[in-house]
Amino acid sequence: MRVCKTITIPGNTSLTGLYAEKVGNYPKFFKMDTLSKLGFLATELLLEGEADRFISREDRAVLLFSRSGSVCDDSHFAKSMEDYPSPSLFVYTLPNIVAGEIAIRNNYRGETSAFVLEQYDKERIRHVVEEAFQDRTTRSAIVGWVDVRSDTDWTCEVSLIEK
Amino acid sequence: MTERVACIGYGALTPVGPSASASYQAVREGRSALRSYEGMFGCKEPFVASLFEQRDRFEGYSFMESIAIRAAREALDAAAINPSSPRVAFVLSSIKGNIEALGQEDVSLSVSAARIARFFQNPNMPIVVSNACISGVAALLQGRRMLLSGQWDAVVVVGAEVQSRFIITGFQSLKALSAAPCKPFDADRDGLNLGEAAAAMVLARSDRGWELADGAIRNDANHISGPSRTGEGSYNALRYVLSSFAPEELAFVNAHGTATRYNDEMEAISLRRAGLPGVPVNSLKGCFGHTMGAAGILESILSMQACEQGCVLPTRGFSTLGVSEPLRVSAQAQSCTGRAFVKLLSGFGGVNGALLFRKGGER
Repeated sequence: MRVCKTITIPGNTSLTGLYAEKVGNYPKFFKMDTLSKLGFLATELLLEGEADRFISREDRAVLLFSRSGSVCDDSHFAKSMEDYPSPSLFVYTLPNIVAGEIAIRNNYRGETSAFVLEQYDKERIRHVVEEAFQDRTTRSAIVGWVDVRSDTDWTCEVSLIEK
Repeated sequence: MTERVACIGYGALTPVGPSASASYQAVREGRSALRSYEGMFGCKEPFVASLFEQRDRFEGYSFMESIAIRAAREALDAAAINPSSPRVAFVLSSIKGNIEALGQEDVSLSVSAARIARFFQNPNMPIVVSNACISGVAALLQGRRMLLSGQWDAVVVVGAEVQSRFIITGFQSLKALSAAPCKPFDADRDGLNLGEAAAAMVLARSDRGWELADGAIRNDANHISGPSRTGEGSYNALRYVLSSFAPEELAFVNAHGTATRYNDEMEAISLRRAGLPGVPVNSLKGCFGHTMGAAGILESILSMQACEQGCVLPTRGFSTLGVSEPLRVSAQAQSCTGRAFVKLLSGFGGVNGALLFRKGGER
């Protein structure tokens, strides 16, 4: 495996500001939760300038890891339950939605998966990525530790890895 | 060392049966635990679901963890392996875990997974596969891959889901629930029911038992909460697992069959595109509802037992075909001869999963 490029987005970064500066033409961004916004923006930075970027492909996987899963959006949906339960918040109470958002944006029809670990463990993540390359179609993967503890406190590191 | 990954033990706990074989018998006889609830979990609206009546828990463990442990214990007893070995790993499949305790305690799925693994004195950090409704299929595929990597002697894949106001209110807000027992693939289907269950499989490289022969996960790249109109991801996952396998050898396809308009139609299109309209298809959601993180494992275990008995399990709730493709939906239990089946699931985030199970090839 070869790590081609890595992007990190520090906690407390203005995601709307980063979006306006680097993307600016994808209004779906505004309905995303913080986890999806982060995964989306990190991938945008990661793939900046890649040739043939939006052409449909099945050979690239999206594999995301965290400890917190969707707990931040879980709290937002739980709050909405007291008043008017929000279907749009509910959809984001799944840790894998961010992988789906990345797949939709980039037209990836390969594997997308989300994993939850007790703590960040570089070796363990490397093993899971290697195992994902057992898929006979997968040639590259977007791999990230995107752990959102609150709307301002997170760790976000996303890499492009080739088999 | 053989490259054949097999199920060497399984267990299940469902509202219709306290074990995998009792659950199978109940489904075979067409029983269901779906019923309507009012005021349950503090939900404002009534709902139909399949819930456990007995809600005992082990001291120090949540109800979800307790049922996961019971299912895992049954599977481990059958497999006769030592779960405390450093060469054994645990994989947990759950979508919302202990979500009902949100705000009171740490509800990270990793905390539950660690508690379940520690119950069996397992020393390794478990991994949680949280891939929406395909989590069970994805967890089994993860188990298979871990074994093929050669690092592990056995992987215990456990799926468990309990219901809560959080989940039920969420599905109600999406208007995805039926007010009556669900009707997979039926013309009158109008939504899904939610369910509770736990199921576990012990996987190992072995020359005996059911082989988990292949698996794939594919994204629709279409919509985060609606399936593809062309069944894109489901078809691609199916095509992958059948790439070196003749469809005539399949006894049946156990579909996701949630009984929502969109899911069942999407699966019908996917099955037609994969050249499988002649293969019997069933869905078990009419017995258990949608058991979320447990579904992929539970439905695979029931399908193994059915295939061994030469039986395609009935699709409870189905009477008149209501999808645009000519599927052979199994309304009643029927006999079959094949020694292999496919398990399908699809979920939010555009994910689709397929597993191929095969009996035979034992040496």
